[in-house]
Amino acid sequence: MTSIVDSLLNTISFINIDINILLLFAIVVPGLVLFIVMALNVMLSVYFERKVAAFMQDRLGPMEVGIFGFKGGKKFWGGIGQIFADTVKLLTKEDIMPANADKVLMLIAPFIIVAGALLTFIGIPFSDGLIVSDFNIGILYIIAMSSVGVIGVILAGWSSNNKWSLYGAMRSAAQIISYEIPIGLTLLLVVIVCGSLQVSDIVQWQSDNRWFIFHSPFTFVAFFIYFISVVAETNRTPFDIPEAESELVAGWMTEFSGFKWSIFFMSEYANMLIVSLVASFVFLGGWLSPFTIFSIFPDSWLILDGFYIGIFWLLIKALFLVFVMMWFRWTFPRLRVDQLMYTCWKVFIPFSLANLFFVTIWELIAGALS
Amino acid sequence: MLDKIIDIINKKFKDSVLHNENSNYILIENPSNWKLIADYLIQNSNLKFDYLMSLSGYDLTNDKVGVAYNFYSTKLKHYLEVRIEIDSNVEIPSVAEIWRTANWHEREAYDLVGLKFSNHPDMKRILLPEDWDGHPLKKDYETPEFYNGMPVPKDKSYWE
Amino acid sequence: MFKIVDKSIISADEMVLNMGPQHPSTHGVLRLKIITDGEIVSSVEPIIGYLHRCFEKHCESLSYEQIVPFTDRCDYLASMHMSHSYSMAVEKLLDLELPERVEYIRVIVAELQRIASHLIAVGVFGLDVGAITPFTWTLRDRERILDLFEMLCGARLLYNYVWPGGVSHDLPPNFIQKTHEFLDYFLPQIDEYNQVLTTNRIFIERSADVGVLPLDVGINYGVTGPSLRGSGSTFDLRKDEPYSVYDKFDFDVPVGQGLMGTVGDCWDRYYVKVLEMKESAKILRQALDGIPKGDVHEVLPKKIRPPKGEVYSRYESARGDVGFYIRSAGKNMPDRLKMRSPAYCNLSVLNEISAGWMMSDVIAALGSLDIVLGEIDR
Repeated sequence: MTSIVDSLLNTISFINIDINILLLFAIVVPGLVLFIVMALNVMLSVYFERKVAAFMQDRLGPMEVGIFGFKGGKKFWGGIGQIFADTVKLLTKEDIMPANADKVLMLIAPFIIVAGALLTFIGIPFSDGLIVSDFNIGILYIIAMSSVGVIGVILAGWSSNNKWSLYGAMRSAAQIISYEIPIGLTLLLVVIVCGSLQVSDIVQWQSDNRWFIFHSPFTFVAFFIYFISVVAETNRTPFDIPEAESELVAGWMTEFSGFKWSIFFMSEYANMLIVSLVASFVFLGGWLSPFTIFSIFPDSWLILDGFYIGIFWLLIKALFLVFVMMWFRWTFPRLRVDQLMYTCWKVFIPFSLANLFFVTIWELIAGALS
Repeated sequence: MLDKIIDIINKKFKDSVLHNENSNYILIENPSNWKLIADYLIQNSNLKFDYLMSLSGYDLTNDKVGVAYNFYSTKLKHYLEVRIEIDSNVEIPSVAEIWRTANWHEREAYDLVGLKFSNHPDMKRILLPEDWDGHPLKKDYETPEFYNGMPVPKDKSYWE
Repeated sequence: MFKIVDKSIISADEMVLNMGPQHPSTHGVLRLKIITDGEIVSSVEPIIGYLHRCFEKHCESLSYEQIVPFTDRCDYLASMHMSHSYSMAVEKLLDLELPERVEYIRVIVAELQRIASHLIAVGVFGLDVGAITPFTWTLRDRERILDLFEMLCGARLLYNYVWPGGVSHDLPPNFIQKTHEFLDYFLPQIDEYNQVLTTNRIFIERSADVGVLPLDVGINYGVTGPSLRGSGSTFDLRKDEPYSVYDKFDFDVPVGQGLMGTVGDCWDRYYVKVLEMKESAKILRQALDGIPKGDVHEVLPKKIRPPKGEVYSRYESARGDVGFYIRSAGKNMPDRLKMRSPAYCNLSVLNEISAGWMMSDVIAALGSLDIVLGEIDR
């Protein structure tokens, strides 16, 4: 199938107006939908994260707030209304701007970060054909767009006129730029095997052969390198040194409050979802059901594959990875900045280069044998 | 045990330390060679007072002040108290370079009791604000009426 | 002889960074003036006094009984130790011999308090290096000790329980059994902390070989308690100069051995506290089994008016060697009372162990020293 923009254009093409206006409409609608997805994602993820944290820390988490008297349960899953209470609180808070801050940069920094996240969503599929635009350079586009946010981070840290923010921004920039390299190298491995940068081709290849994580030992290693690197790129514990609560208070976000801060928050959780979705469709078979891993299951089970149930499978895989990230956060201590750089430059990059080398040999041998 | 320690010190510094038969401390009234004594306390192989536990300044009124050093030897497990009692305008040699814990303790004694230490590396107030007037633990200290324009409450009846 | 460098001059590459007084990991209102060159810290100067409550000045106009609640508020994480050490000083001044039951009760509450205080220290050190979950676990277990104290005297944080000459109440019924139950619950929990924090690879990377305090430097700075024992010293007043009834119990003094790095690093200082909790539990078991009968108010003086004289008394609190220097002029109020605060001396070594390390290591070193600002500023 094609992309959402194309199918929207086809659907509304009976209206007899300029094609450019129709195109604009077909772009704005998915954009709005994506923004709503991002907003819903942050609301639900925050509640989910608080409950995960509560579960791991032997407490209950939010239990009091309900909507229309409905709290969601007495045992553990209470406090559903906290989702809305948090949102309302963040949006109505006073927006504080420090006196000597660079006001223009401080204003645009959050929007650059959120734009980076939103633009990445364009290349992310949710199911077969449920993608805003299925470029032929999809993977490259995702890598490029996910590093746009670092500009916003540096601007935010610099414009706050605060030494702690500057520390956080410099740490963050060093970290994100370093971890781009192992991410790029591991995704390159996929491209070498599949022979295509296009998202739908990658999943089609996994449908024809097998899930990428189980394709060869090297792709198995690559998945873990990729996943740990993206945890670092999204600034989550144990790699959360840019916002290291016990050291830098809140890092580059220290001087932001209210709506601007909630935008940072939104993009952080959106980035978590993005990297998990990428991991799911690149390594874990995307919208394919788990029963397609091996061909031991009877064919009748393949009924579980399809357009709508594909959304479900993809989200389940992605949400599980999001949960793993939360699990990391509430279990591990934080690395130091030099140890973080060590992990990237002296462990991940050599390993992913070696991986790249060996996977090409593996493919050559496998191709020769077949 | 204490007698043995005092004998060793007396042998070296005959005239500068006083010791009363019934007391358990040694008293120094002329602190000019206190630093030499202090160095001897930590260097002598029978004394080895490597741990300065406490340094307490106190006001004796009549313009006399005192300072009590409580020493302990972590190697030989014995204890000694040394007191210096002098006029309040005399400076006491600082021992902050021998026991570095004395650095903060001497600053505290200066801050609260108003003792003067010579050759201290970093003499300034430690617990009170740097612009505070007077030394509160002196017996003739009077609470100031104002601090930086803020009235200090004298009438405390409304606290109850 | 040591040279102390003038820290007021900074080079062009360096930057002065104020950490605190409001900062998540300065453990209260402590301000650190840090001179950094990028991430590398050249010197740290702790600036204290933000919590100064004129404890020593107050004591000069309060009777000896009235001072007890003030001592509780000095080290609010180990209040029992503070009032115990103060009571010991006054008893030494009065030359008072206590009934054995009082001494046993004091040892029991002191060791429970030591476990409670070390739980906070262990959890907060984890928090300082970024692990949040162990902190909530230690707080959960500390609650049980606070419940025991609430049963004992009604208060959960500031007890006013140990008085000069006795304790305020006798043990309530069931207290001994409840304490045994707590110990049965608590000892397996220590292994759980070890699994999640002590042996965690990232935690070891962050704390081993970091902030190494050599033994001679530690003694010279007057560092005591678990912080000194982490450097390999066995100096513990409970063993070296037994007070109360500590000479009747069989326990070990854990010392840092450099299991994960150098002797005296942050990991050692942390692990000594974990081991000390086990030793405290050992003492508690013996004390609970051997407690004699008696009246806890037997020698409680009606009015405390000690003779003229001076006394210096020492006590091993959760943070180290607490000393009370009391000068009595023969009145019912002390003429001068000086408290030798262990955390005060422990904090003064901070520059020594964290200069030359990175920003994050300053936090780790500060956390491993386990300071309480209430006690430092008094």
